Amino acid sequence: MIRFSKRQLKTPRFLRDVYLVTGGQSEYRRAFPEKRTEELCIDAFQDAAKYIGMTPQAMKKYIHTCYYGHFADHFGDQLLGEAVIHDRLGLDPLGNIGVKTGGATGGSTIWEAAKAVASGYSDCTLALGWERMDEVPTDEGNNYISCAADKDWETPLGHIYTGYYAVMAQKYWKVYGREEESFRRTLAEISVKNHGYACHNPMAQAPMKITVEDVLKSPVVAYPLRALDCCLMSMGASCVILADKETAYEMCKEPLLIYSTAGSHTLRVADRRDMEIPLLPNETEETYKNIDKEFPGGERYPGFTGFLAARMAAYYAYRMAGIKDPTEDLDLVELHDAFTISDIQTYEDIGIRPYGKGRTYVESGDCYLTNPKTGKSGKLPANLSGGLIGCMHSVGATGIMQTVECMLHIHGRHAEIHGDAKRWESYGKKKPADWQDLQVKGAKRALAISHAGVGSHVTCTILMKPDARLDK
Amino acid sequence: MSYSVKVVKGQFKLQGEFHTAEPNQPIRDEHGKLCGITNPRRVVHHHSYGGEAPFFQGLGDGRLWATRCDNKDCEVAYKALFIPFRIHCPDCLEKNTPLDITDLANRTAHVYSFMICERSGAFNSLEKPIRFINVEFDGVSTILMSYLLGKTNPEIGMKVRPVFRTKQPTFTITDLAFVPADTKEKDLPAGFTFSK
Ligand SMILES: [Zn+2]
Repeated sequence: MIRFSKRQLKTPRFLRDVYLVTGGQSEYRRAFPEKRTEELCIDAFQDAAKYIGMTPQAMKKYIHTCYYGHFADHFGDQLLGEAVIHDRLGLDPLGNIGVKTGGATGGSTIWEAAKAVASGYSDCTLALGWERMDEVPTDEGNNYISCAADKDWETPLGHIYTGYYAVMAQKYWKVYGREEESFRRTLAEISVKNHGYACHNPMAQAPMKITVEDVLKSPVVAYPLRALDCCLMSMGASCVILADKETAYEMCKEPLLIYSTAGSHTLRVADRRDMEIPLLPNETEETYKNIDKEFPGGERYPGFTGFLAARMAAYYAYRMAGIKDPTEDLDLVELHDAFTISDIQTYEDIGIRPYGKGRTYVESGDCYLTNPKTGKSGKLPANLSGGLIGCMHSVGATGIMQTVECMLHIHGRHAEIHGDAKRWESYGKKKPADWQDLQVKGAKRALAISHAGVGSHVTCTILMKPDARLDK
Repeated sequence: MSYSVKVVKGQFKLQGEFHTAEPNQPIRDEHGKLCGITNPRRVVHHHSYGGEAPFFQGLGDGRLWATRCDNKDCEVAYKALFIPFRIHCPDCLEKNTPLDITDLANRTAHVYSFMICERSGAFNSLEKPIRFINVEFDGVSTILMSYLLGKTNPEIGMKVRPVFRTKQPTFTITDLAFVPADTKEKDLPAGFTFSK
């Protein structure tokens, strides 16, 4: 659609508040040849129980329905993989359902689990996600991933998803990036930041101390994107437990309010039609009055430069949660940095910066824990977990991992989980001597964006301390 | 070389031609411990084009077909042209009218965005690097994905012209490609012609 009715733009509403009780994660790696998927799912579940001082058995007694995020059945050659995990978690005969929305699967799984609590159907739900892409050779894997594009109109063209995706990066690079060397360096800075933050995360797959030059020297994948501009391919699991207020306070001392919304846009980028920009609460028509003059080639919206699904997820979420300005109202974000350039596109889609100005979020230093320009706290730190570039992109688990990481900050327990030498050892790693506590001090509110491929599905999850709520 | 797979330092190490792997070959780590088995798959789907069949037939005939919403009561898309070919209007859901836009495409096709891709996935049939292009046509509401033939690299705004695999068509989207607008018919790759 390119025009919306009032009903379609209704602010989403939960019939009762939904709380995040706990969350947990497995370790993330490119491959786990010696582990079955269920072992990683159980790792995540046990981790979540431990976080609130419960045994898995005790936590299971609260769960009423289960939501499983797992995108790519064909990689594991197992249909109904959700039923396998559900059985191995010993949660039969509870109702359960699988959720599949590409890269947004993790976020969508939370969306479903939250609505079940909000409606009163369940008082406590499990949202658990995983992915396993290590069982096929890369060439076959590329073909499998390309099957998430349109089978008749895209997949036969090279059987390579990068080709369908990167045309958007190209357009952004030309129109908003103006092919500037300085913009290319800004992109590289995101990779340096996220690989760097991953060094302090024991679960992370790709901790790396690298420089902008290293990124610029890495092999070209699809110009202007280089290998170090791209996210990881991962295996691993993560989960959250959601509940209504009464149940949440029975299970833990400090549950967090959770809001969750979703948007969508065409599976084929070819089908994107020109439309007006839906405005976020911190924007007016004035914001975009001269955008086509300022950025020639940017006349079409969303064209290939914006993600309408992300814009709509934020549109719904900000109104639902009472967010007026994301930079002012939020304390940290975990964004879907599939590529450095799409990370910048997302800053604009969700209103951290207006369309065309995304790069300034990095260049100002606002996206860092400590602003390298001022030495003071960054205004809105992004992807302290390492994100998809440094931590993981285990598709069905990704949006859930982001939410768990946000939770740790709001609870002020980031160091407890990330700085635990025993946890590092349990993954066969050594806690680095220069390990840093990346805790955002006094964090009250956080946001996570979960995003599918060319932008077919995007979810927005917002967490906050109950006493910091903005909607009442 | 026959296919083999083992686990070294926690990673699968593959050797040989994996499309011809034998089933149920044990996968072991460097200590000889069993980790899993090979599990090859080969399947054929009988896939229906349904209402899009005229488009794919059209490519082999050297014509480009789009569709148009002709519903006067359509609040958004009346007279809008769609390619990819949409059987139904995305707004009013009435059946669209197929429309031959070959001449429009010959006259107005230009590159909106592009990507040169050195890699491909299994079963790829296109020559590498693949020059992906997204093509705009005047008066068409969407932006068609295709590829540019030949050695010229695409540029945004470049004028292009459709070509068709009219000799031995595959009846897939790969039967449609584009060339720079000033290309001569004698320079087209084997199997491809301009519109007929
Ligand atoms: Zn219509």
